Amino acid sequence: MATDDFEAVAAKAGGTVASFEVDKLSLGERLQRFLHNYPTAAPMFVLLLAILAFYVIVGEKFLAPFNLSLVLQQVTIIGIIGVAQTLVILTAGIDLSVGAIMVLCSVVMGRTAIEMGLPSGIAIMLGFIVGALCGAINGFLITRLRLPPFITTLGTWSIFFAINLWYSQSETIRSQDIAEQASLLQFMGISFELWGGARFTLGTITLLLLFIGMWFALNHTPWGRHVYATGDDPQAAQLAGIDTNKVLLSVYIVAGVICALAAWTLIGRVGSISPQAGQTANLDSITAVVIGGTSLFGGRGAIFGTLIGALVVGIFQNGLALAGVDVLWQQFAIGLLIILAVATDQWIRRV
Amino acid sequence: MFKKTSIALALSLSLLVPAVSHAEGAIVGLITKTNTNPFFVKMKEGAEAKAKELGMTLQSFAGKVDGDNDTQVQAIENLIAAGAKGILITPSDSKAIVPAVEKARKAGILVIALDTPLDPANAADATFATDNFKAGELIGQWAAATLGDKAKDAKIALLDLNVNQISVDVARDQGFLKGFGIDLKDAKKMGDEDDKRIVGNDVTSGSEEGGRKAMENLMQKDAGVNVVYTINEPAAAGAYEALKAVGKEKEVLIVSVDGGCPGVKNVRDGVIGATSMQFPLLMASKGIEAVAEFAKSGTKPQNSEGLDFMNTGVELITDKPASGINSLTSEEGLKKCWG
Repeated sequence: MATDDFEAVAAKAGGTVASFEVDKLSLGERLQRFLHNYPTAAPMFVLLLAILAFYVIVGEKFLAPFNLSLVLQQVTIIGIIGVAQTLVILTAGIDLSVGAIMVLCSVVMGRTAIEMGLPSGIAIMLGFIVGALCGAINGFLITRLRLPPFITTLGTWSIFFAINLWYSQSETIRSQDIAEQASLLQFMGISFELWGGARFTLGTITLLLLFIGMWFALNHTPWGRHVYATGDDPQAAQLAGIDTNKVLLSVYIVAGVICALAAWTLIGRVGSISPQAGQTANLDSITAVVIGGTSLFGGRGAIFGTLIGALVVGIFQNGLALAGVDVLWQQFAIGLLIILAVATDQWIRRV
Repeated sequence: MFKKTSIALALSLSLLVPAVSHAEGAIVGLITKTNTNPFFVKMKEGAEAKAKELGMTLQSFAGKVDGDNDTQVQAIENLIAAGAKGILITPSDSKAIVPAVEKARKAGILVIALDTPLDPANAADATFATDNFKAGELIGQWAAATLGDKAKDAKIALLDLNVNQISVDVARDQGFLKGFGIDLKDAKKMGDEDDKRIVGNDVTSGSEEGGRKAMENLMQKDAGVNVVYTINEPAAAGAYEALKAVGKEKEVLIVSVDGGCPGVKNVRDGVIGATSMQFPLLMASKGIEAVAEFAKSGTKPQNSEGLDFMNTGVELITDKPASGINSLTSEEGLKKCWG
């Protein structure tokens, strides 16, 4: 008898299995989750909105292929440095020395080629070696001596910049001298015209290739996953068998090498080599990363967000300039964007 | 009032020091805005050479960045403590530095502002500087004369330093416009002119990168730009790269101010049409001489006639002289350039 009852009792029970309570999501919550899943959506939206707004304000001129390609040229340096900065910020660090590394590398390339008369190919190689070395110093201090990245790179920023001034003797190398003696240094400045008057430089192409390459490395290689894991939760990453120190060291070295690439591109863009250049590159690159939706707390963000972030800044500056708005309001607008981006990040983090 | 106190100070000083006072061994301080800009590097070299020649001890200081007032205040305090006879300073913040300068003068130190006047100018004992308005005026006159009849249809891009309307930036910009023959409205303010020939103002931070970007933006506003004023020669070099990128470098006149050696070479190579050269080395060496004289006899330097500072001079450098405007060629300029 007892055995028969099982079925009868079971039939009386509700057919539902254990489940989580499903809330009706409000519009805001859905947006929050959407942005959490697609970190580049918000900056992309701002970019499109900005383009539309400036099209309305400025008119046809703004959307002319030449003007848009110009914006791309103008954000090339910050975009490249931004890739280095994104890598570091993904590991929950920050690199204040990127601008100084870039300038030092450009000065090394210039002086070894022009003053010492080395072949320009070797001069460029030396620049890259110096970049890697600077990155390695940052990485060493952060991983071996356990110094916080902010303070470490604040220190090395001063050190690299001082070395730059000493080595360059504060002297600018002129564009004309470089063109005559070491034109390979200006290689990245070679430009060509595509459809409708749009102009691209090899530097811009390099920027785009760098982003694609880094996107691949971050999303489709073990190293990329380790970078995200280390930034998201270093302890968990260690428990999962990741050598986080090795990952961090590699990130800072790669960042240094990218700064050297930025240096070469910088020479192409401005023609000359000035030890005074790149003074705002540190903060500008952080601006691009933050507006691009990468979290300063590490582990979350997409590399293409930084390109979009740099473009948003470039579009705002270009659009406001074409609209005849005073420069100080351009700075104001960029500041507002940064606050907006960080506020959005805080909100998304609560998912 | 000022004179009385300074005489009193000079007298009290002469009582403190042995009757025959010498400049020899006296400490003189040099405080520059930064130690990165070649202009200040050259200034320091000039001061070092002169101090050595006169047997004085030079102590130099510099702010960390342009605009860094705190470090300059500390430097003044250190120099007062060290018992300096004189201080030469290029103020980063002309107003904010004044209380510290007053303290130094009360301690009997001769304070000379180099390159940038204090605000008010008489807060220093003297100012040795370039007449920046005149520097701008010269290149403005040259540009107008070179264009001739076409000057009345010119399209002018103005590449300034930054948005702060600091005195040097304003003086050069407004001087250029006056020289070119444009109504200035308020001569203490950039960007308030309504002459149709002006395409626009943009800022460069005085760098190549900034110059290139500003030029690109202004060309987007009006592609017909044919006269470009630049705050300094790095900005001019950047503007030239922007023009070269669109094949317009031959059609546009670029003028600038500074007289650095790379800039003068750019005049020689046709990158810059004309530049107004200033003389940082002279500012520094004259400053040291003035301190030596003050240490010896207590006399203070005098201003140039009709100006509230001592003019260390300005020379127009160009290889295409315009009639009625005195100028030197780039070859001559290369012998006098700095940095």
